[in-house]
Amino acid sequence: MSQIFDTIRGFSIRDRIAQAPNWARKVGMLLVIAFAFYLPFLNILPFAYVRTDLTSRGSDWASVLFLVVVYMIVAVGLNVVIGFAGLLDLGYVGFYALGAYSIALFGSPSSPVVEALQNRFGLSETWAVPFAMCIPIAIAMSLIAGVILGAPTLRLRGDYLAIVTLGFGEIIRITARNLDNVTNGATGITNVPTPPGPETDGRAFFNTVDAERWYWLALTILIIIIWLAFRLEHSRVGRAWLAIREDEDAAAIMGVAAFKFKLWAFAIGASVGGLAGLLFGSKQQYVEPNAFMVNLSFLFVAMVVIGGSGNIYGVLLGAFLLTYLPERFREFQEWRPFAFGVALVVVMILRPQGLVPSRRRAREFEDRKVEAEEAAADV
Amino acid sequence: MSDQTMQGGTASVPGAQVAPDTSDHDALSIHAGPQGETLLEIDHVTLRFGGVVALNDVDFSIKRGEILGLIGPNGAGKTTCFNVMTGVYTPTSGEVRFNGKVISGTKPHKINQLGIARTFQNIRLFPEMSALENVLVGCDARHKTSVLGVLFRAYRVRPTEDQLPDNGFKRAFAKVFGMSRHVLEERGGRIRAMELLKFVGIADRAHELSRNLPYGYQRRLEIARALATEPELLCLDEPAAGFNPAEKEDLMDLIRRIRDLGHTVLVIEHDMKLVLGVTDRIIVLEFGQKIAEGTPDEVARNPKVIAAYLGEPDDAA
Repeated sequence: MSQIFDTIRGFSIRDRIAQAPNWARKVGMLLVIAFAFYLPFLNILPFAYVRTDLTSRGSDWASVLFLVVVYMIVAVGLNVVIGFAGLLDLGYVGFYALGAYSIALFGSPSSPVVEALQNRFGLSETWAVPFAMCIPIAIAMSLIAGVILGAPTLRLRGDYLAIVTLGFGEIIRITARNLDNVTNGATGITNVPTPPGPETDGRAFFNTVDAERWYWLALTILIIIIWLAFRLEHSRVGRAWLAIREDEDAAAIMGVAAFKFKLWAFAIGASVGGLAGLLFGSKQQYVEPNAFMVNLSFLFVAMVVIGGSGNIYGVLLGAFLLTYLPERFREFQEWRPFAFGVALVVVMILRPQGLVPSRRRAREFEDRKVEAEEAAADV
Repeated sequence: MSDQTMQGGTASVPGAQVAPDTSDHDALSIHAGPQGETLLEIDHVTLRFGGVVALNDVDFSIKRGEILGLIGPNGAGKTTCFNVMTGVYTPTSGEVRFNGKVISGTKPHKINQLGIARTFQNIRLFPEMSALENVLVGCDARHKTSVLGVLFRAYRVRPTEDQLPDNGFKRAFAKVFGMSRHVLEERGGRIRAMELLKFVGIADRAHELSRNLPYGYQRRLEIARALATEPELLCLDEPAAGFNPAEKEDLMDLIRRIRDLGHTVLVIEHDMKLVLGVTDRIIVLEFGQKIAEGTPDEVARNPKVIAAYLGEPDDAA
């Protein structure tokens, strides 16, 4: 058994990619991206089994792909907070909700905020903030929320921070539910705008039927965000986060402004979460508080942790598995929570560092294990 | 373009075997102010933890360009003194002035930016980073790129001739639009970090994780990391702990070379031979109080110091 594992470990895809020539890596990357864009139309037989709409009870394939990519954006954003900066954020759904609510409140002609603006400035009944303006608003709202949450709480370490952020996620949802004259309360907001585009067959370009267009939009945003996340990781910012994670006091004495960089991690994570929420709300064209329950936060954290926190490819895999598998196996719907629980326990026992961990993270885990064993032996 | 960010213009080959170091390190020297002026003043500093007096009215100053030794028996308050200087503790009374500016109560990273760096008695490197990355963290302290600058690289600067890329198209692009400050700082930082590793003599294992380095290398790496922040004042906390006599000789030589770069050095050390051999002046602490100050010869003859180290003879009691 262990021999098999050793063989698998010896065959490191990561090393092979690292050893490949530069042009081969670039071509491979382009092929992967092209394949990702082609995915909604995948219909060649052995591979078509990955589709989720093979049976009549299945869900729309392109919509599932869209959701997978939105959650991948979330996972990459949350990975900046958990994986890079080492801050456990259990309230990430709060930023996701803020993004969705920003576009709903400012972009929908029937939202109370827009109606108030219409009355105040005598605008027509169909007026609303244009979609392009809603993007910076959503990013700014979630970023400000991230800074407001982070500024007082980032002085806390470890579990305390997790508890405060957990509360934050719930505060956002409950506020959205109870603020009837701003957010329509539990009724939610309809008519959330979609991105502009040329009309085809009398329908808007981004409509509820052609989900693959939404998927391509989200995929493009995901690629840009991954690219920016890599820039962060391999720069002074990534090094500062790593230094803070390893020894915060020594880092401070070496001139790393620990608080500033932690706050930046929080703000970056928050704005990425807001962007994902904006995409989600816009695709649904309807935003209501019950879409942002606290269990979504746990799902997000599970994506990062199961995939391998600190490694961007790992968290992408985690987001894919935790979103795609439940949709693919809808036939076994009643078994899903059970399967999810078993899978979580198995992964945490066999691979606590995640499926595709960052190498540094994996070693940190090993160290901590050894320390715990030594401490147990001392007692 | 700041002149600090692109020091170390000479190209270096990563992983080249360079120890022992004989090359010229002009590129590493810093712009120090006038020599002999007071750089740091510890002005009647008292530090209490509840009822325990860790430092009692300690008062001394460091002059720019000297090597000052801080000695004393275990528990005399030497490391506490370092912690007060680097912002870990705030003194109960009295103040610390650096370049005439009060720094007691300032945050550690701000003090580092003002120009004080230190090493630790029990090595505190970033274990999962390579040696080079450890030094880069120090170099980053002098870099100006912000988080947004890293993300969008919108801040362009005009590159000098040897910074231009070789590739024809990229070269033309860089000539017209300038180059991202972030890219230049990152590259300059790597060159400087490699120079520093050569300077302390551990460049042959630059790409190894710092946790896997041998003990002596880790001690030297700490010095390189502290030097990377371009400090005017470098504080070494027991740099020779666990060294054999030959390594101590090398270390004394290294300390002198650090001073020659323009840094002022403050050394805490137990090993009397090393302290007497390398320092210009010595401060002696005992039980949180300064008991003597002077040149190595004076201190070595001072009866209080001898008593503190060897115990008082019976007839003197």
